Amino acid sequence: MTGARFSFSKFVFWLGITFLYLPMIILIIFSFNESRLVTVWGGFSGKWYVELFQDQQIMSAVLRSLELAFYASTAAVILGTMAAVVLVRFTRFRTRTLFSGMITAPLVMPDVIIGLSMLLLFVAMSQYLGWPQTRGMMTIWIAHTTLCMAYATVVITSRLTEMDRSLEEAALDLGASQLKAFMQITLPIIAPAVVSAWLLSFTISLDDVVIASFVTGPGATTLPIEVFSSVRLGVTPKINALATLIILTVSSVAVGSWFLTRRLNTRLSLQLAQK
Amino acid sequence: MKLASIKKRLPSGRHWILSGPYLWLLVFFFLPFVFVAKISVAEAALAIPPYSDMFDWLDGVLNIRLSFANYQWVLDDPLYLYAYWNSIRMAFWSTLLCLMLGFPMAYAIAKAPKSIQPVLLLLVLLPSWTSFLIRVYAWMGILKNNGLINGVLMWLGVIDDPIQMINTNFAVYIGIVYAYLPFMVLPLYANLVKHDQSLLEAASDLGAGKLTQLLRITLPLSINGIVAGSMLVFIPVVGEYVIPELLGGTQTIMIGKVLWQEFFNNRDWPVASALAMIMVIILIVPITLFHRFQNKEIKP
Repeated sequence: MTGARFSFSKFVFWLGITFLYLPMIILIIFSFNESRLVTVWGGFSGKWYVELFQDQQIMSAVLRSLELAFYASTAAVILGTMAAVVLVRFTRFRTRTLFSGMITAPLVMPDVIIGLSMLLLFVAMSQYLGWPQTRGMMTIWIAHTTLCMAYATVVITSRLTEMDRSLEEAALDLGASQLKAFMQITLPIIAPAVVSAWLLSFTISLDDVVIASFVTGPGATTLPIEVFSSVRLGVTPKINALATLIILTVSSVAVGSWFLTRRLNTRLSLQLAQK
Repeated sequence: MKLASIKKRLPSGRHWILSGPYLWLLVFFFLPFVFVAKISVAEAALAIPPYSDMFDWLDGVLNIRLSFANYQWVLDDPLYLYAYWNSIRMAFWSTLLCLMLGFPMAYAIAKAPKSIQPVLLLLVLLPSWTSFLIRVYAWMGILKNNGLINGVLMWLGVIDDPIQMINTNFAVYIGIVYAYLPFMVLPLYANLVKHDQSLLEAASDLGAGKLTQLLRITLPLSINGIVAGSMLVFIPVVGEYVIPELLGGTQTIMIGKVLWQEFFNNRDWPVASALAMIMVIILIVPITLFHRFQNKEIKP
């Protein structure tokens, strides 16, 4: 099977990969540039990294965003697992269409609409219910949980659909309660998907600037908001250094977890085959 | 089915599982749109929050005030209409560009040996996990007037004056295709990898050329993936804010940017809500389409 078309699609593939990676590689190289100018190579230097770590404002935004992403992705995965069980196992209930629609819509809905609508909700809630009194980390957490939950549900749903249900049915036949069967049989089987859903949610929360800008409040400047406001003014070497650190951290975690879940998957299927 | 009867005997657990995510989405995803609709028919006011109340209770009479002036204002102003039209047009062309680049890429992955397919897919998806903002930012350094491309071209002596690339629609297209390409490749690959190869072999045995196979078998079979991937790009791009803000110029008028300015710069919440409502109405057909095709993909 070696025709002209195969080499064409292969060619486009590597072209696309080059297109995807080249800008990031350039960014990483220039973060080590001594000169402030992007085009002039002034020699290798790590001084922008030193400056970055001395920037208290950015460093506290990093910590704030990491904390936020942790709580948002944890809540998103819990709700997402429940939603996936509903979508896969509860095939018939009234307003199922509404439910599955509310899972799909956040995946594609433009951020400005989600951000605006969330903010209007919070404003109305504080008007009528007196809560939340101020906007800040709490409101961003709610908004991010809602957004990430949709992604988590899709990831977990695909795994749950593929899963062999006979194991769970056997456990139920042997007298296990629904909850026990789920916790001891189903959850370990879908665990790799739950882990990837958590990581995906984490990166989405860590990345969001538009929704957070709408629902944020005093003292809750997340890292993307901080980066966006300085990037709007132009390219700065300090942001290059920060970008490099983010790219390297996210890719190493992503590649690492990808290998891990893959190994987990093969081991799991081997174990199941032996049983 | 046995499981169904067991479930019926345990309604409490079932309802608990259902109501958690359901209530969350109703309150934090559905309800907000009710408020967007409500404030889109309010009047802007110098108050906190900056809009008039819909209900007011005066001398035992409940007055409900619905002002459609915001919609009239938006629909009468050619600038807003142009912003919608331009966003849809730019989203359309960038979706097409993503498809033209993404289809061969997905095809190449699906045709690769089974063992290396996951690695190739990871290679495509990895950039989409790193920060969106930073990937758009990377292009600023490359495209700006004293940026990398202009610097290299001037150093080589090809041009004397920098080419204006940043703050143009060209830069916005590059940014969109760059940021959204992985979202096109993923559903296409998921679809292409499931194709039955024996169909192609049969066609080949019957004398069909490669191009005929592609046009008559592969493309029609991958229609679900094409629609899902295209909608995954088209819908968010219509409301895109970050890319036109960072890479576009004053002539790049997109509705996401206009909405942002109405909200943050003019503090006109009712007009911003009306803009959002019209955007939702425009996008409801593509979103429904995406929903249907995505569900088809999930079901085996």
